Amino acid sequence: MTLATIAGQEVHVDDEGFMTEYDEWSEDLASTLAGNIGIELTDDHWQAIRFLRDDYKVEGVTPTLRRVTNTGGIPTKQLFVLFPKKPAKKMAYIAGLPKPAGCV
Amino acid sequence: MTMTMEAPVPVFDDEATDRKLAIICSKGSLDMAYPGLVLANAALSEGIETHLFFTFWGFDIINKETMDHLQFTPVGNPATHMPPMLMGLPGMTAFATHMMKKQIEGIDIPDVPEFLELITDAGGHLWACRMSADMMHLEEEQLYERVEGIINAADFIELSEGAQTIFI
Repeated sequence: MTLATIAGQEVHVDDEGFMTEYDEWSEDLASTLAGNIGIELTDDHWQAIRFLRDDYKVEGVTPTLRRVTNTGGIPTKQLFVLFPKKPAKKMAYIAGLPKPAGCV
Repeated sequence: MTMTMEAPVPVFDDEATDRKLAIICSKGSLDMAYPGLVLANAALSEGIETHLFFTFWGFDIINKETMDHLQFTPVGNPATHMPPMLMGLPGMTAFATHMMKKQIEGIDIPDVPEFLELITDAGGHLWACRMSADMMHLEEEQLYERVEGIINAADFIELSEGAQTIFI
């Protein structure tokens, strides 16, 4: 975990660039993070990101894709459209959360 | 002067996503169905093209009649750490199956039908083996509706070209 700059703001990140402090994240940062990986955030993206943030706050772990679908109500297919190829990791990155730890 | 560096950006769309995976599922017991399903799901969420080929006893995973009733038998399985003599007793398979299902559910892993739905929603491809279908007298309509087709061994060899292949 090191201190680094995102959009001119000092935050803590891991070796890969995932933010490590829940409270350092902001919606402005999310837009920059999304831009970093070629994603422009729409309302649909925000719905997913906000679910991740809220769920993490309660559960203490990053939700899996299945949880975003079953509990967050966003179909898996749509997650693959919104965050192509690697939705679980991309959503976590933009939401300023650790990569999901579970196998499923 | 202290200057912090610009944060690194994770590499998501690297060449690793050109990988392709083919998983042959040949076993129909509950404990042997899951490895293939878990791996397929993991590969898909890494952006890897994934094909599952169901053959022989693996057909139970995609047979509408059996897919939600796979069983786990402790008979001949030393990993249960139970006396082998007991494992063959009546009711033991049902009991062991029940226990395993509870454990799977307990760690929030989907049952087989939901897992297949998840995998296909994530873009995974399901194929059934022609020879097994013929042997078991099964038609396409008896199989899980998201199975894309009944294909022969040569078809599978063709579609798995360039894929890493796992046999379970």
